[in-house]
Amino acid sequence: MDVLSLCYSAIDALLPFEWAGHVFMKNAFLAILLVTPLFGLLSTMVVSNSMAFFSDSLGHGAFTGIAIGVLLGSFSPLLSLIVFSIVFAVFITWIKNKSTASADTIIGVFSSIAVALGLMLMTYGGGFNKYAAFLIGDILSITPNDLAGLAVAFVLVVAVWAVLFNRLLVLSINASFAESRGIHAFWVESLFAATLAVVVSVSIQWVGILLINALLVLPAAGARNIAWNVKSYHLISVCISFVSGVTGLIFAYETNLAAGAAIVMAAGILFFVSLALRPYFRK
Amino acid sequence: MFRTILHHGAASSADCKKLCCTKIEDFGVRAGNLTIFEHVNLHVHCGQLTAIIGPNGAGKSTFMRAILGEVPHSGRLRYVDAKGKHTGHPIIGYVPQYLRFDVSAPTSVMDIFMACLSRRPVWIAREKKLRRRVCEDLALVHAEDLIDRRLGALSGGELQRVLLALALDPMPDLLLLDEPVSGVDQNGLELFYRIAQELREKEDMAIILISHDLNMVARYADQVVLMDKGVICTGTPEEVFADARTKRIFGMLAGAPDGKEADA
Repeated sequence: MDVLSLCYSAIDALLPFEWAGHVFMKNAFLAILLVTPLFGLLSTMVVSNSMAFFSDSLGHGAFTGIAIGVLLGSFSPLLSLIVFSIVFAVFITWIKNKSTASADTIIGVFSSIAVALGLMLMTYGGGFNKYAAFLIGDILSITPNDLAGLAVAFVLVVAVWAVLFNRLLVLSINASFAESRGIHAFWVESLFAATLAVVVSVSIQWVGILLINALLVLPAAGARNIAWNVKSYHLISVCISFVSGVTGLIFAYETNLAAGAAIVMAAGILFFVSLALRPYFRK
Repeated sequence: MFRTILHHGAASSADCKKLCCTKIEDFGVRAGNLTIFEHVNLHVHCGQLTAIIGPNGAGKSTFMRAILGEVPHSGRLRYVDAKGKHTGHPIIGYVPQYLRFDVSAPTSVMDIFMACLSRRPVWIAREKKLRRRVCEDLALVHAEDLIDRRLGALSGGELQRVLLALALDPMPDLLLLDEPVSGVDQNGLELFYRIAQELREKEDMAIILISHDLNMVARYADQVVLMDKGVICTGTPEEVFADARTKRIFGMLAGAPDGKEADA
């Protein structure tokens, strides 16, 4: 783990604070460094395409994914969660395109089924307690192995985002117009949904099922108050996500409460700050 | 006026031998048991503006989406260029009718052009390279000054022109315009039709336009197609507006068959 020890020394050099002295805080900090930019990027399109409810359903789908993983036992809950979430996300996208019912209804139906199925599996045999950690999440439990996984996810998601973004932007204007330029809605939407599913899956263990969606909505919701084009939208969204990640982590350490909740609260405060600044920025 | 007559004396169903031409052969679209439209045959020549009119639910917009290939359909589309060669599928530009995008989204006109024209993701791309090209595109629709505006801050007419400029890069062989029923004021509408006319003449482009404004159709169209679950009648504006079936469908609203002369 040479890269890791290099990162540790870098943190020691750059952040000579008491909180940064602990290894678990270093790990948590690195995790935030890797994951919050992803939330910042993806949330721009979640908000622009009114997909808040959809991304929420991914968190709900995680109930079933985790339960299946733990019950099977043979491989890690994370792998099971990623696979299940991708299938779930693409399936909802597919049904949504096939059916004439409204997207809200379809997402509502499948997300409630996923929660019910997950809870049934989790409470089977009365062993719900071992899942409770996933509800709230625990960022201080991140291991060097988790970090390696997050690094892979980071590279993967940024690469996908670079390929996908222009198409998504055109698609968000009008599906027929996108089609006239050779952009096929279903494939683009499915890839986006799968990417969201991956990011939700790898972060759920430290943010928690209950709050995961907040990180996919708040950064961009705040950024769009003051952004004037796509570039500034991305930049501000990533900044909000990162700043709230770091401040939330430190606050949680100092006051000894759930880090996920503190991060989301920080993002919520930044949202209202940006709302107050809106009149000065919006042309 | 004189030029206009010379340019497109060709009647609707004239042969396709000399001009480049898009042939739509026996198009039909069904949704389950419901027939949206059927047996649509249409020849569209370059340098000609074909207006599609018809009541609500006549299948006009679906017809356009079938030409785009977005909706599964029967029949086929053939494109023949000026040399009489079959060149397969034409480059199609499309301006949609409805836009249900989020008006508060921070997407500028430049952003959407970059998304369409460049492979580089907009969030890291340098805009310098493309800026001149986008300005030229926007100049075609008299909208250069809109380049840095947010899409959501544009008026209906401005948005329509920006989308038209997008549809013109790359320059299409066939341009499909689905005119919005509302949201564009009279000046905007007038400008839009004038731009369509300019394009037809300068770029020698075939244009199919779904229109809700019979006055504009009378003044600007070369060929009119009355559609209601299929083609009811086609011809010059004079012919179609004089047809009893047009009068029955539109009532006596179509009081402008002589608009073309009045426009000179």
